[in-house]
Amino acid sequence: MARLSLQGIRKSFDKTEVLKGISLEVEDGEFMSLVGASGCGKSTLLRIIAGLESPDKGTVSIDGRPVDEANPKERNIAMVFQDYALYPHMTVAQNMAMPLIMGRLPMRARLPGMRLLIPGFTSVWRDIAGQVEAVARQLRIDHLLERRPAQLSGGQRQRVALGRALVRNPHLFLMDEPLSNLDAKLRVQVRKEIVELHHSTNLTFVYVTHDQIEAMTMSDRVALLQEGQLLQVGTPDDLYTDPDSLNVARFIGSPEVNILPAQAVQGGFNVGEQFIPFAHDLTPRSDLFLGVRPEDLMIGGSQALGAQQMITLPVTHKSQEDLGGEIILHTALKSLPDVDIRARLQKAAGGVDANIRNLRGEITLAFTASAIRLFDGAGQRIRTDEGAVATHPALKEIAQ
Amino acid sequence: MTVVKGSLARRRTRLAYALVAPASLLILLIYVGPIIAVILASMTDYTLIRDGFAFVGAENYTNMFADAAFANALKNTVIYAACFLPAAFVVSLLLALAIQSRKRFRSVLEVIYFLPVTSTLAAMALVWAALMDSRQGVFNNTLQLVGLGPINFLGNPDIVLPALAAISLWSIIGFNMVLFLAGLTAIPKNLYDAAAIDGIDHPVDRFLRITWPMLAPTSVFVAVTTSITAFKLFDTVALLTKGGPGRASEVYLYLTFLEGFEYFNMGYAAALSVFFLGIIFLFALVQMLMSDRRVNY
Repeated sequence: MARLSLQGIRKSFDKTEVLKGISLEVEDGEFMSLVGASGCGKSTLLRIIAGLESPDKGTVSIDGRPVDEANPKERNIAMVFQDYALYPHMTVAQNMAMPLIMGRLPMRARLPGMRLLIPGFTSVWRDIAGQVEAVARQLRIDHLLERRPAQLSGGQRQRVALGRALVRNPHLFLMDEPLSNLDAKLRVQVRKEIVELHHSTNLTFVYVTHDQIEAMTMSDRVALLQEGQLLQVGTPDDLYTDPDSLNVARFIGSPEVNILPAQAVQGGFNVGEQFIPFAHDLTPRSDLFLGVRPEDLMIGGSQALGAQQMITLPVTHKSQEDLGGEIILHTALKSLPDVDIRARLQKAAGGVDANIRNLRGEITLAFTASAIRLFDGAGQRIRTDEGAVATHPALKEIAQ
Repeated sequence: MTVVKGSLARRRTRLAYALVAPASLLILLIYVGPIIAVILASMTDYTLIRDGFAFVGAENYTNMFADAAFANALKNTVIYAACFLPAAFVVSLLLALAIQSRKRFRSVLEVIYFLPVTSTLAAMALVWAALMDSRQGVFNNTLQLVGLGPINFLGNPDIVLPALAAISLWSIIGFNMVLFLAGLTAIPKNLYDAAAIDGIDHPVDRFLRITWPMLAPTSVFVAVTTSITAFKLFDTVALLTKGGPGRASEVYLYLTFLEGFEYFNMGYAAALSVFFLGIIFLFALVQMLMSDRRVNY
């Protein structure tokens, strides 16, 4: 159990600045994901937390105590590596026992062969074996203890790596893309197991991934990194519904959020030649962006819900992807043919036309004003009181 | 259908044989043929100075095992190997470990240590002879400065084998070091990361628990190839000592050379060669078994 605090972490490799001042607080028992595209510095940050790299500037504190001078072992952390980093020449049991052997036995007792020559540590050895077995049973790998990593499947290796991390009772659990070497099906399963592990151990987890779905589904909070900077830290729902910037909105959600270049005009926006009614007090300016999630779009027209509150967009069908349960529709406005407008439509859901597969040509998409997120020309969020906007009297007026 | 299939299979078979033929032919000509020839020759009394020869069966071999020169050569070779092998292994491993962690000078040091490998040992042996000279040699001059010596490196029967081992060492450590460096580079970096997290941070622990076991395949290879090199000692002996003083540096291959090309006993020399081949084969076998089993992950 531990609280982790990062203050102004900076790190450069040669002349490239990988981390540009990261400050982050991770609460005791929290599952925090560091998410970002490859090269954003998330793995470097994790290695700095672990003590495998030292920051150029900044402080890492665990439970309020700076640990910058402590080596990895002294920080009492556990780390699971992307490709597990199991010792290939040791059995599963030896792999898992390693942190305990190093922690509890003095040099003279742990040198090869000394186990038999130096008596007096029998109880320690027995203790270690017992602990390894207990953790192995917990992870259901107790039947694999005598095998070597090469004889294990990807999922089993993953579990051994977890076991080696768990056995030492760490304060802090670090994971560096632990699922990326597993196949899709196993990934979903292990994802669930890691979440369960977090619940049962109540440890503080810091989880690095490039996969926003992993970050969203597993974490209490998500820290989104880009080019060495924290874009936003918040709950998965915060990042999805209330992004601070276009980059955050883009990174979270699949298919990607629709970004419509717009101009603020009196009583709304112009998107291409299309007017979108929206109450705002923005000064008319040319560069603005509207963000609308594909899942907030529906096929408009007669069946649209609460017609007077819906904003409609007449678009042209370009293509579609049938995902079984849902269809991703790719469309574009006539006046903005290069801007892909994606709509994610549930096939089975009531109210959706059964002929949705056969949609072609001119279509009307509809969405509510509350689905709109506003961003300025630089991609920073312009916050309006969304709850109020939907029911804003002026908006109603315009819509009618 | 079956006709077409059959002919396709036949055509493929023919093509396969055609493709393997050149390599097989070369192996037969260069390796298998000479080995058979040597084995056959070892059972004759063939000499270079007499026409015709007769089969004598195992006579050459019985003579060989009764021959004091054979025993002496074998003993000398083993003494030489005992000086040479551990040093060639340990020194190159230590050098590799030391150089590997260097960032800036690594490539420079690699080249420096590898240079002797690229030089012609026959030529360099003469330089070594000059260095080791009992009167004007640099080594003895230096030793005399501190009040030691002179040591007759190549003339003293007790010292000649270690001295020859030192020359061979100089010529091989660069090669072994590069092999070890390759082995070290192949160890995944994240194993050391995992080790640091697990508390394996003392250099001794790190070496014993990660580096040494991960280096095992390389070590077996280096040990076996170096052993073979040790038994193949010839050129420095031929150039510097001619087996002397007395027979103190008459090593196995030099004896074979003497029997064949100085005394013209080709049949006997062939028997020596077959025995030598057996020893090399044993080393190769050890390497094959070791790399097949435990060392492979």
